[in-house]
Amino acid sequence: MNARVLALLLLWPLAAFGQGFAGLGSDADGFALPQRGYTFDFPTDHGAHPEYRIEWWYVTANLTGDDGAEYGVQWTLFRSALAPEEAAGWSSPQVWMGHAALTTEDAHFTAERFGRGGIGQAGASDQQLSAWIDDWELDFSHMTASGTDWRYDLSLSETGPLVFHGAEGYSVKSAGGQASYYYSQPFLAVDGTLTIGNEDIHVTGNAWLDREWSSQPLAEDQSGWDWFSLSFDDGDKLMGFRLRGADTYTSATWIDADGGTTAYTDGAFMAEPLENSPTSGPEVPVLWQVQLPERGLDVTVSAINPDSWMPLTTQYWEGPVTVTGTHTGRGYLEMTGYE
Amino acid sequence: MRRQALIALLSYWRRNWLQFFTLLAGLALATALWSGVQAINAEARASYDAAAATLGEGQYTQITANNGLPIAVEDYVALRRVGWLVSPVVEGRLDGVRLIGVEPLTAPQGIGTTALSIEAELPSEPTLWVSSGVSVDGVTTVETPELAPNTAIGDIGLVSDLLGAQGISRLLVLSDQPVRQPPLESVVQGLNVQTPQGGSDIGRLTDSFHLNLTAFGFLSFVVGIFIVNGAVGLAFEQRRPLVRTLRALGVPLRTVIAIMAAEMAVLSLLGGVIGVVIGYFIAAALLPDVAATLQGLYGADVGGTLAIRPVWWLSGLGIALLGGMAASASALWKLSRMPLLAGAQPRAWSMQAGRGRVIQTIAGLFMLAAAGIFALIADGLVTGFALLGTLLLGAALLLPMVLNAALALGQRLAKGPVWEWFWADTRQQLPGLSLALAALLLAMAANIGVSTMVSSFRQTFVGFLDQRLAAELYVTARDEEDAVALEQFLAGKVESVLPIEQIDVEANGLPAELYGPIDDRTYRDNWRFLSQVPQMWDIVQAGEGVAINEQLSYRGDLQLGDMLELPGITLPVVGIYGDYGNPIGQVIIGREVFKELYPDSQALRYGVRVLPEDVAALTDQLVSEYGLPEANVINQAGIKAYSLDIFERTFTVTGALNWLTLGVAGFAILMSLLTLSGMRIPQLAPLWALGLTRGRLERLEILRTVMLTAWTFVFALPLGLALAWVLLAVVNVAAFGWRLPMFVFPTSYVFLLVQALIAAGAAALWPALKLGRTPTSHLLKVFANER
Repeated sequence: MNARVLALLLLWPLAAFGQGFAGLGSDADGFALPQRGYTFDFPTDHGAHPEYRIEWWYVTANLTGDDGAEYGVQWTLFRSALAPEEAAGWSSPQVWMGHAALTTEDAHFTAERFGRGGIGQAGASDQQLSAWIDDWELDFSHMTASGTDWRYDLSLSETGPLVFHGAEGYSVKSAGGQASYYYSQPFLAVDGTLTIGNEDIHVTGNAWLDREWSSQPLAEDQSGWDWFSLSFDDGDKLMGFRLRGADTYTSATWIDADGGTTAYTDGAFMAEPLENSPTSGPEVPVLWQVQLPERGLDVTVSAINPDSWMPLTTQYWEGPVTVTGTHTGRGYLEMTGYE
Repeated sequence: MRRQALIALLSYWRRNWLQFFTLLAGLALATALWSGVQAINAEARASYDAAAATLGEGQYTQITANNGLPIAVEDYVALRRVGWLVSPVVEGRLDGVRLIGVEPLTAPQGIGTTALSIEAELPSEPTLWVSSGVSVDGVTTVETPELAPNTAIGDIGLVSDLLGAQGISRLLVLSDQPVRQPPLESVVQGLNVQTPQGGSDIGRLTDSFHLNLTAFGFLSFVVGIFIVNGAVGLAFEQRRPLVRTLRALGVPLRTVIAIMAAEMAVLSLLGGVIGVVIGYFIAAALLPDVAATLQGLYGADVGGTLAIRPVWWLSGLGIALLGGMAASASALWKLSRMPLLAGAQPRAWSMQAGRGRVIQTIAGLFMLAAAGIFALIADGLVTGFALLGTLLLGAALLLPMVLNAALALGQRLAKGPVWEWFWADTRQQLPGLSLALAALLLAMAANIGVSTMVSSFRQTFVGFLDQRLAAELYVTARDEEDAVALEQFLAGKVESVLPIEQIDVEANGLPAELYGPIDDRTYRDNWRFLSQVPQMWDIVQAGEGVAINEQLSYRGDLQLGDMLELPGITLPVVGIYGDYGNPIGQVIIGREVFKELYPDSQALRYGVRVLPEDVAALTDQLVSEYGLPEANVINQAGIKAYSLDIFERTFTVTGALNWLTLGVAGFAILMSLLTLSGMRIPQLAPLWALGLTRGRLERLEILRTVMLTAWTFVFALPLGLALAWVLLAVVNVAAFGWRLPMFVFPTSYVFLLVQALIAAGAAALWPALKLGRTPTSHLLKVFANER
């Protein structure tokens, strides 16, 4: 790897992120690997798992302003370990990266933070769901993040149970058996304020928390994924992803309005790009046909703001979408590995 | 035809290889001094740029602790947790190497990176990026030539371990901050925000030093151009008969001039190349001293080795070419204006020069008038240098007029025909020598000016050191706890213990160091003030006034009685003291007020007053009994010696450049005399025929040069002193922020005179001997050939 500037050399811990999504398929040497049949233990499992290579606390929210305008908000904390351990002080091998975004129909604000483990600048509690980097904070009652000219401050409340994907939280990611631990809290009611420039906007809506950790979540030939979290107007929800590689690998979870789940293995869930759009990054599909025949689902998913590109250290597309077809609703779409 | 003319003109050099050598040597010397100085400056500036890029200095607002102690990691995290985007830096020296630890995850984009473009594998083990030649024991290092000299940069964790550092030296404030954040003081108390302007910009601080060097370079160039002019003049003068013959044979004047111009261009480039090579060696020899000076004075790291940078070798070649062409332009112009057959009439040249002299004198007077105006309005470096330039140039232009007047006086007072001839003949030769003498004038004036400035500096500085380093011992505690214990250990054993506590503050918005010394006779007895109110120390210690250093008074335009606003208090200025060698403003307030403002501040350094004969015993006690590391106990004499050593190095550089310019001026005289000696034979032949021996003529020739040198010195002395005044009172104030008292050093001027006379005599010796050994047959031929 040729590093053009010393910064990159000094930023070598970031190689973990800088390698991009393809790097997620690399060896798991020394790190723990997810095991089938794991029993989750809360609140401990809300906290960090330093023995695993990567982990994230990932919230997306679909919001509506008092004026009826649609907004999307993202709050993400990534943890990446250089070694499967935690240590106090500067010698900690844990590197934290925060991404936050605020999306309107015609604008997309993003910000990024980095932090070092071991000193308290970034981390996650094992006493309750609580994650932070700098002044960005997330727990089950509030969520806040800011950029140079925007900010959001949102109150959250749980309206349903935690949801486990795959085999009770063991989520297989390829035919070769790569997997991660994966649970969600898709039932979060939101009430709060968005600030753009000098303008405060009161919003309400719903948010979806994803928690995932692993050491080698992708197979080596997999280059990226397209991930959907959709909330339908009737209260049902769908999480589905499509991993792109030599073969496409899909997986999905149908979530009933009361929190009951049905997991679908490879092939049941289908997502086909219909239309590409230029963004401030590469061209990506922003109109999709999504199907889950076993549930009679056949919908069109379209981006609220096609240019929801995240121009950060790790680059991807992440933004709110609307759903039309057999079901209607809204949700979030994440597309990684496009160049 | 053209080819024949070229061969004929070039054949001259074959017959006069010595002149060929001197022409090349003149060009080379001029170029060498110029490019040497340029090389030093370019190297130093590249070092500053690298340093600025490495440290982010001058780019980012920085946060430091008011008490000068490290910032706790917890405080850093607290700031980050409320949205202050700051990045920690740990800094220190290990075995003389500047170690910088940065936190790569939060460091601003571009820190440590500007212009760095290196290829390397991602390291798998703790690694330091180091500048050339730096190594650190036990750590993998990667040489990074673009890094500032003598610097190693690495991860904050690694560097903290290497330095044994607890906490953070300073925080860089990123330029993009979140939309909302609480005030700093509501998060962590006792922090100080410094905006990037101000005293920490190395480039600005060292400008003055480079200005002095640039002045030298410029002067060397002027001197060099005089030489080139002389050399070219010689070659053209001697080839005049040849030109006459060529033209008589039908070669158009234009062709002759074109050929000679092309010839000059080639020779200039050749001389320039040689000069750049010599300049490289001059610079390489002086650079370690320059580097040491800059390091000592400003803490600026400058590499001791020289890189070949286009900026100076290109400028060197350009200067050689320009100088050579300019010099030949005047000679060619002269050649084209001379009547076809006037080639061998030296007197005609003299007459023509006489007409030019009037214009030259007017120009010189005009320049001096401009210098006078600049002296009245000078308030910065630019006007300061304009003043220097007009003063020197005006004096150089007036020199022939002044010398001519002196010679006319000598002629009037002369007794006997030989002496009358001597004076008259000297006057006639003046035009041919005046360029060389102007070079000598400038060299001597620069010598006087610069050495006066440097010596004044030294004299003032040594006195200042005696005042300021009044305590016999300086001890440094390892940490705050140690400091308390150390105070107790010393109590009773010594006359008094003077805590040295310094806090970075903003005084009237300017960065300054705040001191709160205890009330002690050491200060009352030793400190000298440039201006003060009566009972100054009583007022300061009563908390009713402050003393400031001269730098702050200049920068803040503060006089006695003016109010100075400090964080938390505003007090009148009651004393201003000289503070040499320090670029940063200082404020002294009373001990009690200081402690009220900064109750948590704890001194780590102490001055210890003890009887001189007890110094050794106390040092021993501190080290063996108390257990303080030896490096933490510094004998005052040691600091003084170190400080003086820095200045000695400055003098080495100055002295070397002085010698070089004087040597170059001597060379100019030699060249001019060689030019004239060829034409002298027809003028001397009649005297020889009238009975003056060749030996007598020889002695008269040497005497003439020595006398002209002496007269030039008489003119150079006031010029040099004026130069010194400009350097001390104008340039120094603008560059350093302080004005130095001017001292004169008559003995060193006498020494310079002797030096110059020896140089001139030596330069005259060879042409005179050559003349004295002219075969009598040549002298006879003058009459036979009838020119």
